[in-house]
Amino acid sequence: MYNVNCDVAIIGGGPAGLAAAIAAKKEGAEKVLVLERDNAPGGILQQCIHPGFGLTRFKAELTGPEYYGRFVDEAKEVGVEYMLDTMVLEVCNETNEVVCTSSRYGLTCVKAKSIVLAMGCRERTRAGIMVPGTRPAGVYTAGAAQRLVNRQNIMVGKKVVILGSGDIGMIMARRMTLEGAQVVMVVELMDYLAGLTRNRVQCLDDFGIPLKLAHTITRIEGNERVTGVWVAPVDDKKQPIADKAEFVECDTVLFSVGLLPENELTRKAGIAIDPVTNGPAVNQYMQTSAPSVFACGNVVHVNDLVDNVSEESERAGKYAARYAMGKLDGEKKIVKCVTGRNVRYLCPQTIEANEVDGKVTLYFRVLQPEENVRLVARCGDTQLAKCKEFRVNPGEMCHLTVATKDIDGDVTVDVVKED
Amino acid sequence: MLKTDVVVIGAGAVGCAVARELSKYEVDVIVVEKNEDVGGDASKSNSAIIHTGYDAAPDTLESQLVVAANPMYDELCADLDIPFKRIGAILPAITDEQFEQLPAIKEKAFRNRVYDVEYKSGAELLEMEPELNPAVKGGLWIPRESIIDPFILVQAYAENAYANGVRFLLNSKVEGITTENGKIKTVKTSTEEIETTYVINCAGLYCDEVAEMVGKAEYKVVARKGQFFILDKNTSCQVEHIVLPIPTKITKGKLMCPTIHGNMLVGPTAEDQDSKLDKSTSAEGLASITTDVRNLIPNVNVRDTITQYSGLRPNRNPEGLNFDIWDDLEGYVNLSGVRSTGLTLSLSMGTFVVQQLLARGADWKRKENFIKKRKGIVKFSECTREEQDELVKQNPLYGNVICRCETITEAEILDAIHRPLGARSVDAVKRRVRAGMGRCQGGFCGPKVIEILARELGCSPADINKNNDGSNMVTGFTR
Repeated sequence: MYNVNCDVAIIGGGPAGLAAAIAAKKEGAEKVLVLERDNAPGGILQQCIHPGFGLTRFKAELTGPEYYGRFVDEAKEVGVEYMLDTMVLEVCNETNEVVCTSSRYGLTCVKAKSIVLAMGCRERTRAGIMVPGTRPAGVYTAGAAQRLVNRQNIMVGKKVVILGSGDIGMIMARRMTLEGAQVVMVVELMDYLAGLTRNRVQCLDDFGIPLKLAHTITRIEGNERVTGVWVAPVDDKKQPIADKAEFVECDTVLFSVGLLPENELTRKAGIAIDPVTNGPAVNQYMQTSAPSVFACGNVVHVNDLVDNVSEESERAGKYAARYAMGKLDGEKKIVKCVTGRNVRYLCPQTIEANEVDGKVTLYFRVLQPEENVRLVARCGDTQLAKCKEFRVNPGEMCHLTVATKDIDGDVTVDVVKED
Repeated sequence: MLKTDVVVIGAGAVGCAVARELSKYEVDVIVVEKNEDVGGDASKSNSAIIHTGYDAAPDTLESQLVVAANPMYDELCADLDIPFKRIGAILPAITDEQFEQLPAIKEKAFRNRVYDVEYKSGAELLEMEPELNPAVKGGLWIPRESIIDPFILVQAYAENAYANGVRFLLNSKVEGITTENGKIKTVKTSTEEIETTYVINCAGLYCDEVAEMVGKAEYKVVARKGQFFILDKNTSCQVEHIVLPIPTKITKGKLMCPTIHGNMLVGPTAEDQDSKLDKSTSAEGLASITTDVRNLIPNVNVRDTITQYSGLRPNRNPEGLNFDIWDDLEGYVNLSGVRSTGLTLSLSMGTFVVQQLLARGADWKRKENFIKKRKGIVKFSECTREEQDELVKQNPLYGNVICRCETITEAEILDAIHRPLGARSVDAVKRRVRAGMGRCQGGFCGPKVIEILARELGCSPADINKNNDGSNMVTGFTR
């Protein structure tokens, strides 16, 4: 087996891994090695050829490749190293070893001082939500179809129904239309949009693609290729109303029904997972339950904006570097982040209250859409931060920044209804 | 016009097992199959269990063949490199009524000469299988009930038959059979016409339609649908044995067991239907599985499902497994009623059919040089780190992981495509190496598998099918 030593090993060369690698290098880690299974860095952004990235971070509207291109350039400048075409098979947090394989080097053991998990996420499938019917060709997750269309120049179908109003689904509705396919409709189970409002406007409304809220696909038809789907409205309990189902002819069904953090390696390594996010529980350093292992990006919790991923990944990289250099210890006072009213999850899950940098940004998602609300972070009865929002919905992540010096116990975040 | 001695109709488990058994003799054999791949219909969507026959109707051909087949699998699976495990089955009685049935079930098992069925107390069963319903009162332990990879079983039969000279005509649907003076003469298929002495009808679901071609349709096939769940390897509630319900008069009921690759399998339903094509799943069917299996395994978590499928058992009306030959139709053999025990009895059915024909005067000599062994596709994910390293050194394509969920490499996919009777479709690759059978269901590897197939077969991605003709994965190129 081939052996490699490094200070910080980063698993995944997508936006999270790249930002973490650059930050680790800047913080002073000598050898930062990114392990990437694809033949180039960039991750999923390689197939995101549409604009809309970087509005927060760069105040510019970039395409996916333009966005990660900036990171690739910077990574080169600061001297980040890569192993491409390399699949990680195992992470051992006790020995800080990462076992991976590649055609070039065969089985390789990367011995690191700290590890950053940046594996991203995968898509929930048709089977994952148990849509009944036959199993013909022409059923894809939206991301798989996006890869075929944008990276392999292959068209997946001519007449398309999309289930799920997630961002990838809406973006693929536009993309398929631009490539000459007919997108019959986008069907959404909930009575509100799953993705960003701007995507509804730019990808559906501008192209006259109907959005059917509170509807679902109850059955897929076709023996060889898809011939159509049954679409039915749902009741208050999200159960389809069978006798109102209508047959919609199509040859392709795309599923954009949610993303799942890809934590097979994390689980195998015995690292604690938050059952709500399905990602490792972290503190504000993005440090997991295994002190030498950090995590960032969609492997921790699914983000809607890559700009946020970059920010939190920089933190992961910075502290992973500090850990590797023996500069991340000292007395610890750990408090929990607690979900209050209308909050589904919080990231980070814990805070080290005596941290040096002074500020912690809490990212969270709401359970239900609501209007005229106040977002509040508090310690007991002491308010730490607040912010007014006209509208919150589960598809758009919220955040609040608190000062660590104010924290003297568990931090609760509530979404409070304004009168 | 092709010429042969024996035409076997259908490349499912039984057809391929019969062909392989014939290939031990100096006799020319052609297997005709309507699908694009070997593997059949019922043979590729079932519960993947090698039964003991403990619950068969005693003194029937089905009982004979199932009971005989079970002990034959150790050697077969060693010779042909087929994943197989003797994990045993538990038949727990949850209610008093079920408990009272146990002696009769055991008695029946003994009448079927399955003498290793044993009574276990509730406490013993809970120790063996902690996820069992704690209300269990006792039950039976059936140690030789086993699990197998049903896809590899049929591929292995077929590949081994092929290695011993059997020809396979895929994508070839039988359209007619001609006879002359009470003897079989030719088989007409959608691709070739074949002159032959024997026809063995192993057409499963369609065996009644084939029988009709020679005027011997004395029965009808009734498709009995069985829907299943496959659960993620990580699912919280797992069993180590096959957990079977006490059968009712109507059905054997719904079971839970591990698959040979470490997933959990839950099902099946039993729904008779007219269509032989409708393999759809239904919300009601799937819900009934959950309800029923919870009686056995209360914590089963079907939310962890990674796929659902259904298969059609070729049930016969009137019922029962039948081997038929007729004095007025020389050379014709009809197999019908090969239902849920079909996968298991395929092996003994092969030897049985050949023996019957030998006994009736077929003068086939045993081959001197029969190739007994088949080497399967190396599974990178099951190798030790040292073996993996060695594999990549020998062939760098073992270093290119294509399917991340199941850790399947490009070298394995190429082997699946280029070996005899190799994969021509996405599903055929999946059934050979499991690329796309994991939790992302091909979301990650699917696009790559299409590209690899097109490259290796020298065709456009638009020509790559999911399985049969018309199931094109994609429609062409972008603008």
